[in-house]
Amino acid sequence: MLTKRIIPCLDVKDGRVVKGVRFVDLKDAGDPVEVAAAYDAQGADELCFLDINASHENRAPKDALGARTAERVTIPFSVGGGVRSVDDVRSLLAAGADKVSVNSAAVARPELVSEAAERLGSANLIVAIDARRRDPLDPARGWEVYTHGGRRPAGLDALAWARRVEGLGAGEILLTSMDRDGTGDGYDLPLTRAVSDALRIPVIASGGAGSLRHLGEGLDDGPGGGAAAAVLAASIFHFGTFTVPETKDYLERRGIRVRPMEAAAG
Amino acid sequence: MSASVTLVDYGMGNLPNVARAFERVGARASVTDDPGAIERAERVVVPGVGACGDAMANLRAKGLDRALLDWLATGRPFLGICLGLQLLLERAEEGDATCLGVIPGRVEAFPEDLELPVPHMGWNEVEPEREHPVVRRGHFYFVHGFRAAHVPDEYCLGRTEHGERFVSAVGRENFVAVQFHPEKSQRAGLDLLERFCGWSP
Repeated sequence: MLTKRIIPCLDVKDGRVVKGVRFVDLKDAGDPVEVAAAYDAQGADELCFLDINASHENRAPKDALGARTAERVTIPFSVGGGVRSVDDVRSLLAAGADKVSVNSAAVARPELVSEAAERLGSANLIVAIDARRRDPLDPARGWEVYTHGGRRPAGLDALAWARRVEGLGAGEILLTSMDRDGTGDGYDLPLTRAVSDALRIPVIASGGAGSLRHLGEGLDDGPGGGAAAAVLAASIFHFGTFTVPETKDYLERRGIRVRPMEAAAG
Repeated sequence: MSASVTLVDYGMGNLPNVARAFERVGARASVTDDPGAIERAERVVVPGVGACGDAMANLRAKGLDRALLDWLATGRPFLGICLGLQLLLERAEEGDATCLGVIPGRVEAFPEDLELPVPHMGWNEVEPEREHPVVRRGHFYFVHGFRAAHVPDEYCLGRTEHGERFVSAVGRENFVAVQFHPEKSQRAGLDLLERFCGWSP
């Protein structure tokens, strides 16, 4: 059976990991590649790099990060933030990224999704959706899509947009709750569940993970769970609150299937 | 002496990642689209991601389809990865493409009514159907929406559960092919590549 994926996310700004990483002694805890290699060794299933200022500076992430990461890690990784064109996607994949995520540019021009999927394959293409509740207390009123790092409302319903990009050829959805991002209060489970249930492609839950219980809830296929295929988390791993092995132990005890730990690749 | 692997470049997917993985296990990896270089190779690897129809058109345009069939007949070791497995079958449902026909069977989409995510993306277990020097039990990274179907048991080396037990590894005599990506499968994947480099069928 397909296991659920644990994806540490590294926010990168000017080539450095934002806020730093404290979970292990690294020569340079601000170097995204050093940190990525450490997560690979811990048993992370995949990695996600987000260039957090690329989008509002209207530029694509640098290829160099993907190339250096590909030299060091033996698990899949995605790169996103400010990806604007099919050429950007192609260039990042050629540099060594396994997947590229698009967000604002897809909202501005949805054909980007179909063009990239047709030319470069759906499997490589993540559409990132930043969603915010219309009413913070009532998920029944739905979610609005935001772009440019959560700065601009797009005038789109998140669920409808997710369905549309699936139809256009997205291979996966990276779904971030703007209400929960940075709070540590847990994923927006009704949001995660609504999108996971509506789509056939995998959904990665993001935004709000503050405890192992939150990761379990996001992945849980049972009633009340998010039913996500993967969970993304940043601070709980970076600050050493929990390690990837501790996370997997917890999830296994909760009855969620994860990839068993193996010795780190040499 | 370290093993030498020749990766066939037919315009489908990222070969540098596969080359890097072979280099990690001590092999020398070269990339070619030249049928002559395949003829002289020690070990041939066909990676790739995408649709069989496009892949076959690209192979034919460069005469690589013939070169690969001739190579397989020499008895020297061959490894197919992802699309490199699917191309060994007879036909692909997507685009109704004719493939290399080395193995009976067809490339088909996962069933429409499968209540699991498609593409099948992430880490899943390969359960061996028999002892094999290259393919062993383990968790590997998959990403694909189509899979091998109607493959006779004698070609099946391993199966994986995703709503059904689909064929995730095939092989016979001097060739082996896997639906997953050993180059992205951490230790388990590198170990498989290393075993392939030491394989003398």
